[in-house]
Amino acid sequence: MAGVVLQVVLVGLGSPLLVGVMRQVRARLEGRAGAGIWQPWRDLRKLMRRQPITPAGTGWMFRAAPLLLPGTALVVASVVPLVTTASPLDGVADLFAVTALLTLGSVALALAGLDTGTAFGGMGASREVTVLALVEPTILLSVFALSVPAGSTNLGDIVTAAAEHPLSLISPVSLLAAVALVIVSIAETGRIPVDNPATHLELTMIHEAMTLEYAGLDLALIEWASAMRLSLLLGLLAGLFAPWGIATAGAGPLALLVAAVVIALKVTVLGGLLAASEVFMAKLRLFRIPELLAGSFLMALLAVAASYFLA
Amino acid sequence: MILVGVWYVAALSACALAALAAVLGPARGRPALVGTITVGAGALAAVAGVAAMGGGGWQAWLPEVLPLAGVRLAIDPLSGVFIAVTGAVTSCAALYGVGYAKDGHGPAGRVTQAAVPLFVASMLLVPAAASVSTLLLTWELMAITSLLLVLAEHRRRAAVGEAALWYAVMTHLGLVAILSGLFAFAASAGGESFAQLRAAELSPAMRSAVFVATFVGFASKAGIVPLHVWLPRAHPEAPSHVSALMSAAMVNLGCYGILRVGLDLLGGGPAWWWLLVLAAGAVSALYGILHAVVAADLKRLLAYSTTENMGLVLIGLGAAGFFATAGFDALAGVALTAALLHVVNHAAFKTVLFLAAGSVLRATGTRDLDALGGLRTRMPYTTGLFAVGALCASALPPGNAFISEWLLLQSLIQSGSVSGLAGVVLMPLAVAVIALSAGLAVATFVKAFGVGFLARPRSPAAGAARESPPAMVGGMALAAGCCLALALAPVLIVPALTRPVLAVVAGTGVSARDLILAGGAGAISPTLIAAALVLAVGAVLALTRAVMVRRSRRVARLWDCGAGPMSARMEYTATSFAEPLQRVFDDVLAPENDVDVTPARESAYLVRRVAFHARVPDRIERRLYDPLLAVADDVGIRARRLANGSVHRYLAFGFCVLTGALVVLAVIE
Amino acid sequence: MSLLRKIRKTGRVAEPAPERTLEDLPAAAQLRGSVQIRHVDAGSCNGCEVEIASAFGPVYDGERYGARLVASPRHADALLVTGPVTRNMASALRRTFEAVPEPRLVVALGDCARDCGVFAGAYGVAGAVRDVVPVDLEVPGCPPEPQVIIEALRRMTGR
Repeated sequence: MAGVVLQVVLVGLGSPLLVGVMRQVRARLEGRAGAGIWQPWRDLRKLMRRQPITPAGTGWMFRAAPLLLPGTALVVASVVPLVTTASPLDGVADLFAVTALLTLGSVALALAGLDTGTAFGGMGASREVTVLALVEPTILLSVFALSVPAGSTNLGDIVTAAAEHPLSLISPVSLLAAVALVIVSIAETGRIPVDNPATHLELTMIHEAMTLEYAGLDLALIEWASAMRLSLLLGLLAGLFAPWGIATAGAGPLALLVAAVVIALKVTVLGGLLAASEVFMAKLRLFRIPELLAGSFLMALLAVAASYFLA
Repeated sequence: MILVGVWYVAALSACALAALAAVLGPARGRPALVGTITVGAGALAAVAGVAAMGGGGWQAWLPEVLPLAGVRLAIDPLSGVFIAVTGAVTSCAALYGVGYAKDGHGPAGRVTQAAVPLFVASMLLVPAAASVSTLLLTWELMAITSLLLVLAEHRRRAAVGEAALWYAVMTHLGLVAILSGLFAFAASAGGESFAQLRAAELSPAMRSAVFVATFVGFASKAGIVPLHVWLPRAHPEAPSHVSALMSAAMVNLGCYGILRVGLDLLGGGPAWWWLLVLAAGAVSALYGILHAVVAADLKRLLAYSTTENMGLVLIGLGAAGFFATAGFDALAGVALTAALLHVVNHAAFKTVLFLAAGSVLRATGTRDLDALGGLRTRMPYTTGLFAVGALCASALPPGNAFISEWLLLQSLIQSGSVSGLAGVVLMPLAVAVIALSAGLAVATFVKAFGVGFLARPRSPAAGAARESPPAMVGGMALAAGCCLALALAPVLIVPALTRPVLAVVAGTGVSARDLILAGGAGAISPTLIAAALVLAVGAVLALTRAVMVRRSRRVARLWDCGAGPMSARMEYTATSFAEPLQRVFDDVLAPENDVDVTPARESAYLVRRVAFHARVPDRIERRLYDPLLAVADDVGIRARRLANGSVHRYLAFGFCVLTGALVVLAVIE
Repeated sequence: MSLLRKIRKTGRVAEPAPERTLEDLPAAAQLRGSVQIRHVDAGSCNGCEVEIASAFGPVYDGERYGARLVASPRHADALLVTGPVTRNMASALRRTFEAVPEPRLVVALGDCARDCGVFAGAYGVAGAVRDVVPVDLEVPGCPPEPQVIIEALRRMTGR
């Protein structure tokens, strides 16, 4: 229980810092000084104090999305094995459930984008859902491939099995699934080359276009949730492919603390790598993105096929 | 045990009473009277089905009802599932029908009103049929009554007639397939009751022939590709509560037939039968959802989604049969439970969705998503209930389809060690299909709900919509309540499916119940997911209340980039929403775009009018059926020359045929 | 790889932050180091835009002080208006101003935004920015140099 609370707090407070680190890495590589890793928190602190706006003609879906998005992220944060594999919500700690919950959050935001009835909102929702419709199957497939060796989709079981048999991590199943998961995590969190989080041009937007109408506290919630989703997906990757240092059931407070430090390090490194690789890439043209995602889908399918052959 | 019979007979009697009331009753208040009795009939049938699922059986042998064969009925737990589903769907649809028939919408005439309870009765009889003749008779009764109902609005729209024609032809071709398969079966078995069929010893070739013939017939009823073409035509054109009955109850009986004949009567078979079922299911799931995602007609979208879901059920059935033949009964049990659970879940959410679509159609007069929108404020109940259905249909938690698809994937995860080479190749593809259809289902229902109900009205008709009468809302709410119950308490539903599953496969060991109930390893608890979600959203709300400095929200005009107010024409439509996905899958969907440029008379360079048509035709219809129809047309026209009206010629034909038959007979003997 | 070598060779481009000479705006106490800015070109000759681009470029790096350009006025705390307000843009500017959540700042950037500059009296010009929306901060120059723009940004972020 203590481990899960620690984990949720870590994700809730740490994920804006992760975004800050990633921006800082990027800034340094571009020769800039950067705003510092605390800048996302400064932005959130300011946004929380600003007035939220309800655009005329929007309804309950528009209001619900800023609550649902962080809500789903928090549920996921409480079950993903970041600090500990022993979640009291064991019935939720299922890879399919986690994927579906993250999708639910995206769906809420896409519906909110449609609810505004603006051209950009609809455009963002349409693009987001297109990407989502190709990302979700890939995640499900990679997850499936990883679950076949463990014989279960329970996150704790998978991570424990992987930690006990580290050699299974360099099997083709694991490697293919890892590549596929990395690509779709990038797509899901709206990073380059799928989406550019720093763009100002509406026509190139995916994620941003849906949030154009949000202001103040609503916007703060959405940005916070986006940061949490990013760190959760990176944390999930770290947990699945480098499952060491995660506390198991019955671990003492010290072990939990160590586990928290370890996961923070792992996610920071992953985030830094992601940010650094973004410097070397340009955003893909929108209709090239499905090709990228189809490639990752194929890799996930190969992973599943391999898992059957090796089973 | 006798209880099942009592409830069941009571339900059938109520159907008969309703039909009688429709014929004899006064025109005033006819829908209300018939509808009320049918609601009761549905409830009775649901109780009978649930009692049968609990292990109660019932048999009846009525030799005098039908000459020569007699009517033989038997209810076992498996029939119980389908009777219960049909009953529950009937109650919702009939309650809705009471409101729907008011002020000129929906069928209020004598024949159509009587056809609804008769249709329901036939759907209750099919799963209870225990002999070939009874099954075929009730099957045909179901086809005819539903055909009558599809035709209900033929005076209003020309498309209805065409849809009904497609339906009539396809359903009867299916009947021919089932008929030939089962007659051959009965002839080889030396008896036509199911008990005799079960005991029969057939040659493997005969068994396979029977299976394939009946599979084709039943698959056409379930809307399986490539026999689905009637479905996206007939379901949109039927009155909406009839669409719900057809899409949520009738198509299930196709799955029931495959299950009954393949696993029960034939007792399983070679693995390729079930791989065939699985492959057909996979193709249907993918094809159905791809067409659903680009459909702009709300009811057509739902019809294609039915094809998708029946495909998923068939994947489950195929996997179950495959595991059962390989001797892995526990896995077969899980897969079959998943398939049956998906039948139940699909029935629940598809009822809500079709009823809500009918509510929209009644309020706005259009099914075209491109002309809808903004119904959220004018039809709050319909919107909310459609949202529940859409959440369930998109297989996301806390919806109910998520659970059955999860269970289906669980059964496939364990299959790695089972399958052999065929399985190793096909199972990953099945998993990929389930995953891809899950992703596309999300897109489909985001589109249906987001474009159809949110944002601002895209046409004056949508802007002037009014909420439906209480009876309709009640029917939808009842179905939505079923969805929520299935979503939140599968712990109660899944154990109830144990007996139906055991009726056809000896599935023991790891049961689906252990997987759904929290506690076991690798278990999932949908209730806990929903609770955690509510708690988390509550926590976020509390957090915002705590940190909120400015409590007042300001209402502002939409951000229009500083230009003038945005018109409804600037909104994204369903077509534009699905355009990226259509582009991604254009090799499969083959969309057609036509640009017609009409130049002015004075000069070819002056354009008077540019017309743009974009549509996504059903490729199977285009490539497979259209050439067939053309050939049939051609043959028909040529055959006309044979019949020139001369009696002598007809006598000569008769003579030739007789001689030919005698020659054939002589040769064979 | 060549890009990596380039990155290593170039190192840090950003110049050290200059000393502050002017005081913070009162609003800086509320914003506390974070200002999102929506830029509105109300009829500029694009000279100011070039300077804004350099202010957010690597050398001056406006983002290090907590300022960031955003796409939607809903996300913004401040409007950065350039150019004399032309007749066509007057209502658009007003609508953009109304779209920003309160409290909101308006920065009139460049001589044209302050008093129409060389375009004063032209037939297409509706007036200076302050004639259309209330202005909190004016940045002189034609065009203002990046340092001056940075100074103005820092007066808002307080960093």
